[in-house]
Amino acid sequence: MTRGFLVLSAAGLMAASCCAPEARSEARTVKVAVAASLTEAFTALAKEYETEHPGVRIRPTFAASSALAQQVNDAAPLDVFASADEESMSKVTVAGNALDPKVFARNRLAILVGKGNPKAITSLADLAGPGVVFLLCAPEAPCGRFGAAALEKAKVKARPASLEENVKGVVSKVALGEADAGIVYATDVKAAAGRAEGVDIDIDGDPALTAVYPIALTRQADDVEAASGWVDFVLSERGQQTLSRFGFLPP
Amino acid sequence: MSRRGAPLAALAFGALGVSFMALPLAGLVWRTPWSAVLDELRDPVVTTALRLSLVCSLGAALVAVMLGVPLAWVLARVDFPGRRLVRAVALVPLVLPPVVGGVALLLAFGRRGLVGQWLDQWLGVRLPYTTPGAILAEAFVAMPFLVITAEAAFRNLDRRYEDAARTLGAGGFTVFRRVTLPLTLPSLVVGAVLAWARALGEFGATITFAGNTPNRTTTIPLEVYLQLEAGRLDGAIVLSLVLLVVSVGVLVGLRDRWLGQQ
Repeated sequence: MTRGFLVLSAAGLMAASCCAPEARSEARTVKVAVAASLTEAFTALAKEYETEHPGVRIRPTFAASSALAQQVNDAAPLDVFASADEESMSKVTVAGNALDPKVFARNRLAILVGKGNPKAITSLADLAGPGVVFLLCAPEAPCGRFGAAALEKAKVKARPASLEENVKGVVSKVALGEADAGIVYATDVKAAAGRAEGVDIDIDGDPALTAVYPIALTRQADDVEAASGWVDFVLSERGQQTLSRFGFLPP
Repeated sequence: MSRRGAPLAALAFGALGVSFMALPLAGLVWRTPWSAVLDELRDPVVTTALRLSLVCSLGAALVAVMLGVPLAWVLARVDFPGRRLVRAVALVPLVLPPVVGGVALLLAFGRRGLVGQWLDQWLGVRLPYTTPGAILAEAFVAMPFLVITAEAAFRNLDRRYEDAARTLGAGGFTVFRRVTLPLTLPSLVVGAVLAWARALGEFGATITFAGNTPNRTTTIPLEVYLQLEAGRLDGAIVLSLVLLVVSVGVLVGLRDRWLGQQ
């Protein structure tokens, strides 16, 4: 049985590798490098766009912005880059591998708490309360940088129980009840609806607390017309509506 | 078998196999920033991770010995229904992805876990994000290495020695302490060292269950991952080298015993 399975999977792999180029030639394909925090929103956007433009296929690759910037600079076959921070985008533009980035969305930080907010957390200051277990992203991740800056700005000296490697780890552990609260993006609160709740952070609406999402064509984009059509769609009224449905703020 | 008798093809494939294992390690050594090794090792972040790794892995080896040796003895000597199932359960972390182990530990020993909620309510004990939590995660992944070694040792022991001791009037525990234990001790030590080495390199279960808390759960493997994420390649490589040296050292020291032959 095991052997049959191996043979089958090998055959499957071969089939997949043999036919991919043919499938591509049927439609115009836009290969998009997308920051992980845009996963749900861009999946929905791509579906909408493909319905409206039957001849074009959007093929997204989701990963951390820093990793994607590296790939674009290594001349990976990617036509469009949508980054979760300006730092990663500037690494690409400085190297001359992308042109004219445009900000298409912003994201706020928020406090994620368990269902029913059992510890009655209403502000960053409450995170320093006795017996509150709260999580932050590791400083290597943008959410960790933004989160630490927010705490500093609010003059809150709270010690996170753990520095999670990425924002979705914070979400999972709060939803599981293994932590009382965590600093995440507003879009994560939206995505976790039903499993956890959000508390807005208000420090005089400081823009330093918002993540900025730029998008740009890369230098190696071969079908510039199709690629810029997609970028225009993300920036359009329709695209913006979809993004706001997922909790993103307008640029 | 003598080298002369081996067919050339077997030697060629053997060389290919060992290159496949050795090349990544060679890459690590090749890329090591030798001039920066001492500086990296003196970095407080690194020394903290090293100390914590030592504490956690030794703690995990101790837990594995205390829980694993009696279990191995029962598996080797007591015939009971469902023994194969019990053995499978005891060895499952060998093949389970450690991250899955971490999730399972969270659901069992987390604050809201099957057992964890009572630990929290009755004793005020919370394991996630603590050093004991990291020890628990490492022990979960490492214990099978001890159990599998110890069970084989108990099984292979010539039982006539124990029978002789018993006919001379020794009680069950005395036989274990004075006869079984000394005769199997070398194998038990091998099992404990293997478990310790596995615990030292544990990443997935630790970061999932115990989180990443500097000075409490950030062990060397976690630090390697974080340094890499942060683009500090040199630090990641130096720490990896430390783990590599320990691992190779342990295996070179134990190989013959582990395989049971020269």
